[in-house]
Amino acid sequence: MLDTRQDGPSALRPAEFARWSWRQLTSMRTALVLLFLLTLAALPGSLVPQRSVDPARVAQFVDDHPSLSALYERLSLFDVYSSPWFAAIYLLLFVSLLGCVLPRSRSHWSAVRARPPAAPRNLDRLPVHRAWTTDEEPGAVLATARTVVQAERFRVDSLDDSISAESGHWRETGNLVFHLALLLLLVGVAAGSLFGFRANVLVVEGRGFSNSVPAYDTFTGGAAFDDGSLAPFTVTLDDLAVRYQKDGDQRGAPRDFRASVTYTTEPGAPRQRAVLRVNHPLVVDGTKVFLLGNGYAPVFTVRDASGTEVFSGPVPFLSRDGNMASTGVVKVPGARPEQLGFEGVFLPTAVLDRRLGPVSVFPGLRLPRAVLSAWTGDLGIDDGRPESVYSLDTSGMDRVTGASGQPLAQSLAPGATMELPDGASITFDGVRRWAALQVARNPGTRPALLASVLALAGLMLSLFVRRRRVWVRATATDDGRTLVEVAGLARSEGEGREVLAGEVAAIAEAIRTTTTPRETTRER
Amino acid sequence: MSAEVLAGFSNDLLYAAMAVYALAMTCFAGELAFSGPRRRVAQEEPVRSMVPVGVGGSGLPEYVEQPATTGKLPGRSDRASRLGRVGVSLTVLAFGLHLGSVVARGLSAERAPWGNMFEFSVTGALAVTGIWLAALTRKDLRYLGTFVVLPVLLTLGLAVAVLYTESAQLVPALKSVWLVIHVSAAILASGLFTIGFAQTVCFLVQEHRERAFLPKPSFMDRFPAAAALDRSAYRFHAFGYPIWTFAVIAGAIWAENAWGRYWGWDPKETWAFITWMVYTAYLHARATAGWRGRRAAYVALVGYATFLFNYLVVNIWLVGFHSYAGVG
Ligand code: HEM
Repeated sequence: MLDTRQDGPSALRPAEFARWSWRQLTSMRTALVLLFLLTLAALPGSLVPQRSVDPARVAQFVDDHPSLSALYERLSLFDVYSSPWFAAIYLLLFVSLLGCVLPRSRSHWSAVRARPPAAPRNLDRLPVHRAWTTDEEPGAVLATARTVVQAERFRVDSLDDSISAESGHWRETGNLVFHLALLLLLVGVAAGSLFGFRANVLVVEGRGFSNSVPAYDTFTGGAAFDDGSLAPFTVTLDDLAVRYQKDGDQRGAPRDFRASVTYTTEPGAPRQRAVLRVNHPLVVDGTKVFLLGNGYAPVFTVRDASGTEVFSGPVPFLSRDGNMASTGVVKVPGARPEQLGFEGVFLPTAVLDRRLGPVSVFPGLRLPRAVLSAWTGDLGIDDGRPESVYSLDTSGMDRVTGASGQPLAQSLAPGATMELPDGASITFDGVRRWAALQVARNPGTRPALLASVLALAGLMLSLFVRRRRVWVRATATDDGRTLVEVAGLARSEGEGREVLAGEVAAIAEAIRTTTTPRETTRER
Repeated sequence: MSAEVLAGFSNDLLYAAMAVYALAMTCFAGELAFSGPRRRVAQEEPVRSMVPVGVGGSGLPEYVEQPATTGKLPGRSDRASRLGRVGVSLTVLAFGLHLGSVVARGLSAERAPWGNMFEFSVTGALAVTGIWLAALTRKDLRYLGTFVVLPVLLTLGLAVAVLYTESAQLVPALKSVWLVIHVSAAILASGLFTIGFAQTVCFLVQEHRERAFLPKPSFMDRFPAAAALDRSAYRFHAFGYPIWTFAVIAGAIWAENAWGRYWGWDPKETWAFITWMVYTAYLHARATAGWRGRRAAYVALVGYATFLFNYLVVNIWLVGFHSYAGVG
């Protein structure tokens, strides 16, 4: 009977081999095309502003280019990474991946348990080959060869006149682990976006919030997110300390932020303290609270014409430049006879610039000033339309003017008061800071991390384990000696001959010295 | 020593390193020029030759393998070769000065010396030289000298002329062990990709020449054959790829710690992903019949282009969370 395993270096019959390569080739091609497509699809998201990254820039873009935006909107170009076409490509890629990896896993499973393929008839045709003759019996030579090769951690199979050895199945194992880990990564990412949430809240020193949807300024929950799953903790911001670079060409660059907070894990639980820093979130019950930004909240007291205190408290202003010149408004709907509104610029270190007027020259509090102007009339906040707390709708209001008829505007030091002609007043009491916090829970993070670690480990195996085969044949020659041949075949990408040649040489040397202690070897 | 003195010292060392690099490059260019075109004798693969060493008693020939012809090129003129060796020595010296500059910068700022684009560039260039010198101890890669030192010099020139930033502490967002881990991995991977890129370019030129019926004599005759260049380029890429993967994962872990999301499609992240995808495609292309060789090489070039885009364009022009370039 013909032993087909004798036919060539590969264990597969030609027809099988052809089918196998054809499948491999076609599916890898597809995967390659999909890889390119996904790369291309990721591109526009870095050039067109993305809603998920910076909604304000998207709004700005829509204002600036109304007709282009309509087109972009239709193509989901503001939401590339959650768009149907992006999803279509990566889902196809993962289907292709699965369709490729599952059959490969099966055949790898049998390959690992199969015997190493028999030695080809002509070992000297292999890329790496060594031969010599010895007086030792063929059987003894093969027995020695077997131990030598096993010591090199090859799997070995013995046939009549030869042994076959194979090593490096970890390469394919690693490769499969890598590809399967990518699927696990997809699962983790999907779990995170289905069950996770993200919220933002701006908190002034001395104030706090509870982990509940109404307490947040913005809230995004996943499709399967349940409001009831929010952990019932509360956080109070006691103090926010900020330090800036004082000199050099990076003067004014922030150097340290620390938010000291008090929190309770649930109503009635003991109060605990923590310090939040950038890169050091507070973790409560799997939900993380991050310090993302900060700003100033000047504190004002407003009295109306009758002298009644109608407003008192901190008002968060938003920073406009690197030196924290910040703008904001104070709305006083309770003022009589008419509602009052103030527009202000807060300057932590104020300087009067000849051309620009009052500017801030350092982000820290060195010479704080609030520059205010006043409006009276209807704030437009009672008609139910959505309104911003950072801007004043002056369509129903009149600018308050001073004695000269000029619009009234005044720069106030802490403690100073601006009087309006009708007797109303606003006092700049002082400054507090506010912190922009992000609160998030992502149940997919751990699976995603696990998947990444597995992928990396698999990748290293798949790139650095060398897959190779070694054969040793010992045949009796006519003159009663034994011809020993050792040959090797490298089976992995990008491998030069040298490494395998070295290995085969070492194996040959080990066999030779063990089998032939006497000086009878005839190799030169 | 005070921080300013150290920072000044660091700058002086950097200028000295650049001067020595320039000398080294002159030597390498000289080696290529003076050795003169000569028909390549080395085979594309060091060829195994089986030589019968006599007939054993059995009548069977006994074979011994000829020592393989190495990638070394025979007949290289001595003078040119000496120039090349001087070039390597000068590069080692420049590397020492360069390393000193980076260390002094780190000591001056009391942190890892890669907190802004200037520092990233200088340390990245150091990685390129370091990797090449390290590889040189195991393989004859001297032919790459010009193609390694030139990008190093260009990067350093760009760094001191355009990107220079005074030594200072970090913005709070960067104060994290992950800066050390993530950025050092990115620097190492980009160093490997840079050398892989240089070899890929050489491969493409060589391959083009080999396809020509009678290629014009040129210094490329002194380079290894296309197949060897291709394999060597693959190795650098295959080394760089998992490190890049690790850099991306480390970046995601850091982002999770800093911003509460491990991936947010910020431009920098997006381009890191794009680079990763293109190099993934490169590895796959090599495993795909019909894409080996030239086409795979083009994919590698695209990969390097996306890396450069991330480093030069995204850092400076595209806004994102990662706006720490420190370029005013
Ligand atoms: C998300 C998509 C994919 C990624 C990121 C990916 C990544 C990788 C990586 C990094 C390697 C190692 C390359 C090497 O060993 O030289 C690899 C190898 C391989 N991949 Fe993928 N792959 C993906 C999809 C696919 C798909 C869909 C298929 C099947 C159709 C596939 C088939 C293969 C094969 C057969 C190898 C082995 C090639 C070799 O040993 O060189 N991959 N893949």
